[in-house]
Amino acid sequence: MYSLSYVKPKSLNDAIRLLSANPEAKLLAGGMTLLPTLKQRLARPSHLIDIAGLPELRKVESKGGKLVLGAGVKHVEVAKSPVVKKAIAALAGLASEIGDPQVRNQGTLGGSVANNDPAADYPAAVLGLGATVVTTKRSIAADDYFQGLFTTALEEGEIILRIEFPLPKRAAYSKFPHPASGYAMSGVFIAQTAAGVRVAVTGAGNGVFRWKEAEAALSKSFKPAALEGLKLDASGFSSDIHADRDYRANLVRVMAKRALAKLSGRK
Amino acid sequence: MAKVTIKVNGKTHTKSVEDRTLLVNFLRDELGLTGTHVGCDTSQCGCCTVHVNGKALKSCTMLAAQANGASVVTIEGMAKGKKLHPIQQAFSECHGLQCGFCTPGMIMATAGLLKDKPNPTDEEIYKGLEGNLCRCTGYINIVKAVKKSAKMLRK
Repeated sequence: MYSLSYVKPKSLNDAIRLLSANPEAKLLAGGMTLLPTLKQRLARPSHLIDIAGLPELRKVESKGGKLVLGAGVKHVEVAKSPVVKKAIAALAGLASEIGDPQVRNQGTLGGSVANNDPAADYPAAVLGLGATVVTTKRSIAADDYFQGLFTTALEEGEIILRIEFPLPKRAAYSKFPHPASGYAMSGVFIAQTAAGVRVAVTGAGNGVFRWKEAEAALSKSFKPAALEGLKLDASGFSSDIHADRDYRANLVRVMAKRALAKLSGRK
Repeated sequence: MAKVTIKVNGKTHTKSVEDRTLLVNFLRDELGLTGTHVGCDTSQCGCCTVHVNGKALKSCTMLAAQANGASVVTIEGMAKGKKLHPIQQAFSECHGLQCGFCTPGMIMATAGLLKDKPNPTDEEIYKGLEGNLCRCTGYINIVKAVKKSAKMLRK
């Protein structure tokens, strides 16, 4: 790791000020991606601004038809929270399967969403549920927020405060984890929402995306059979030593069916 | 430089370290607590697992500065004098190790798991130790050791 300055702001305003005063600074939350990146010297920030634990980022609340989770909430907290389990059980389940226990004890929702790893789990839930990313500057709809490989709508100096998830009628997530890393080789989040059926896919392509053909088919018939023979454009899918493009495309179909199967077991 | 004050195994230490110092290096190099191992240094293997404010974490993926003000427990803090902690005792009795390199991390991860699940099933043990790799044992005796420690701790 290159030399850097670690700073721990006392308040959100303090963090905003530090970030704007230091253009080469990076925000540090759980550090589960950032610290390994720094150790490989793939980034060279002047400062790390540690926002983990800022009270403004710690909200967990379900009210007015929305589940609101602060950006600083850790995976383990989402996984175990009775509030989350009651509001959107699929989200608690998703969080309980991220990485490993040590990672879940440290990694945060905001960190994962800001990083937008193409194989991360949270982006599937945020997009699948049609959530809103609330930052220090504005509110961004999930459909506008995720922009492909490690790319988001976030601008310089913008900090994610919280994510607001509208409560779905029902939702489920199923992933095929990479056996070593635990990252999704394909993960499918399906939600029946007030705005219709949404199907978000992570792990397969360059970033999380909506499988529109599946949404249309499931809107007509919310059953695994509706997915048979559906078009799935795999041209942008990853093809690597772990799985080729066709295999990933098949995994997407299988994970979608498994997510639906989870739903049929629930009222 | 960062001035950090960390309570380790009940004793408070204040040191001035470079901001980029990892917690594992702080423990090993500054405090001489070399029971916490560095296996992969890429947060995969879990050999560096310690507890920070009661939570199992990989100390190779945390800065010492982030642990400022925290209470840390390492493998050295588990035994009471010469009496091994029940988890250490169980790993020894069940031969839950061969070379022993991963063992401090396995024990700290087990301690974390058993806080949540005092009577874990095999499946829960596999999941609970997912962040720790052992390249010798094939895990069979580790699972036995976790079950035995759980039993000893429930008594």
